Amino acid sequence: MIRADNLVKTFGEFTAVNGISFDVKQGEIFAFLGPNGAGKTTTIKMLTTLLKPTSGTIELDGLNPMQQQKEARRRFGIVFQDPSLDNEQTAYENMELHGILYHVPRKVRMVRIESLLKIFELWDRRDDYVKQFSGGMKRRLEIARGFLHTPKILFLDEPTLGLDPQSRNQLWTHVKRLNETEKTTVFLTTHYMDEADRVAHRIAIIDHGKLIAQGTSTELKASTNSDSLEGAFLSLTGESLRDETASSADQMRQMAKMWRR
Amino acid sequence: MSAIYILWLRELKRYTRSRVQIIASLGQPILYLVALGFGLGPVFQKAGAGSYLQFISPGIVGMSVLFTSVFSGIAILWDRQFGFLKETLVAPVSRMQIMLGRALGGATVAMIQGVIVFAVCLIAGFRPQSWAAIPAALGFMAMVAIVFAALGTAFGSIIQDMQGFQIIMNFMVLPIFFLSGALFPLSHLPAALTVITSIDPLSYGVDGLRGALIGAWHFSFALDVAVLGAVAAAFLATGAYLFSKIQL
Repeated sequence: MIRADNLVKTFGEFTAVNGISFDVKQGEIFAFLGPNGAGKTTTIKMLTTLLKPTSGTIELDGLNPMQQQKEARRRFGIVFQDPSLDNEQTAYENMELHGILYHVPRKVRMVRIESLLKIFELWDRRDDYVKQFSGGMKRRLEIARGFLHTPKILFLDEPTLGLDPQSRNQLWTHVKRLNETEKTTVFLTTHYMDEADRVAHRIAIIDHGKLIAQGTSTELKASTNSDSLEGAFLSLTGESLRDETASSADQMRQMAKMWRR
Repeated sequence: MSAIYILWLRELKRYTRSRVQIIASLGQPILYLVALGFGLGPVFQKAGAGSYLQFISPGIVGMSVLFTSVFSGIAILWDRQFGFLKETLVAPVSRMQIMLGRALGGATVAMIQGVIVFAVCLIAGFRPQSWAAIPAALGFMAMVAIVFAALGTAFGSIIQDMQGFQIIMNFMVLPIFFLSGALFPLSHLPAALTVITSIDPLSYGVDGLRGALIGAWHFSFALDVAVLGAVAAAFLATGAYLFSKIQL
């Protein structure tokens, strides 16, 4: 369903993603883990047509997203790391706008908006402005919106960032249920190892732009002799902190952006 | 088409829902109208050029349309910061349609704002030469709105932060306004200023408004329409190109 082959992305001198390859099967929940600045978000941006890869190929449901951009975009939904809702419109209007942009026919749209808002427990608040929503409600709305056009693939980039355990738990329950009922392939990133362990069928670990391990949670634990995924993750990626390098990389990206114009 | 419509509608909703902003945005034109219209009126009269209020009102309408349309275009910057831009950029809709929806929405909002300011001018004592001139004036307002909504979209696609916004404001939008003939007649100016004012697209918009409303043309109806039409096409093309190049 999702295939990346030798994917590379460089920003000036800095190589954010350095030749990664993976293959996600239909209906699978695939977790993409890595420390800050490892290249997770850059990879998602390339998979979702927001960034052009420097080299390498991508295949989404048999399509090349660079050549068949519109066709590819119709097939996936995405929940970004940071919010992407229109705060000045109501929850319902945000859903409606999304449905129209994705060409969901009116009747289907109305039915699906209602059922998704009910699943994510936002139906009673549908006419409230999004700016009045809490962080958890916004996340739920974004995920509901991501499912609206029945995508074959759903990308979730740290969807539980900043949520309390209750919201996180509930959110994954919904994602899992929709993965089972609608056969949606899910590609997710997260910093919470227990979440990945619980939801993901397969896990890939990326560090410094390279894939360093791939397999089921059990396989990863076995290969590193750890009893938890967190232990496996730390023994694969080391204990050193990455915030410093991540922020300077971000700065460099900003600079590169500025000077490119 | 439905994508253009829903994004156009979004701009309109944003405008009609922020009543405070509508009132706030009337402050500046009213100030110009009162301070300059009445303040400089006697001097203008003494110079034998007639009523300054009559002269400046079309200019103030042009100014409101300019500011509103440029700002609505630059609002891409806010959508970039608050994240909504991404939602539209990954949608299976061409960037051209997204850009058109936004620009037309911004232009519509600017038109409404222009009409409100025109009403304020009427209250202040402005009188058009005939009420039959209103449709032509609305036509010029629409052209000015499209030209500058497209320009705003082009800028909004390039700039990344508030500093960029300040630069655009001080070095593009304010000069476009002050050097357009909105506030002073374009005849008998120093040569350099004559050149600058004649390459400012707003000069033709203000001239069209003023010509239609009080019958005082500096250029001509045909030239105003031709220049505004050509500039609108050029800016829309540039805006669409720059918008299509946005990477996040």
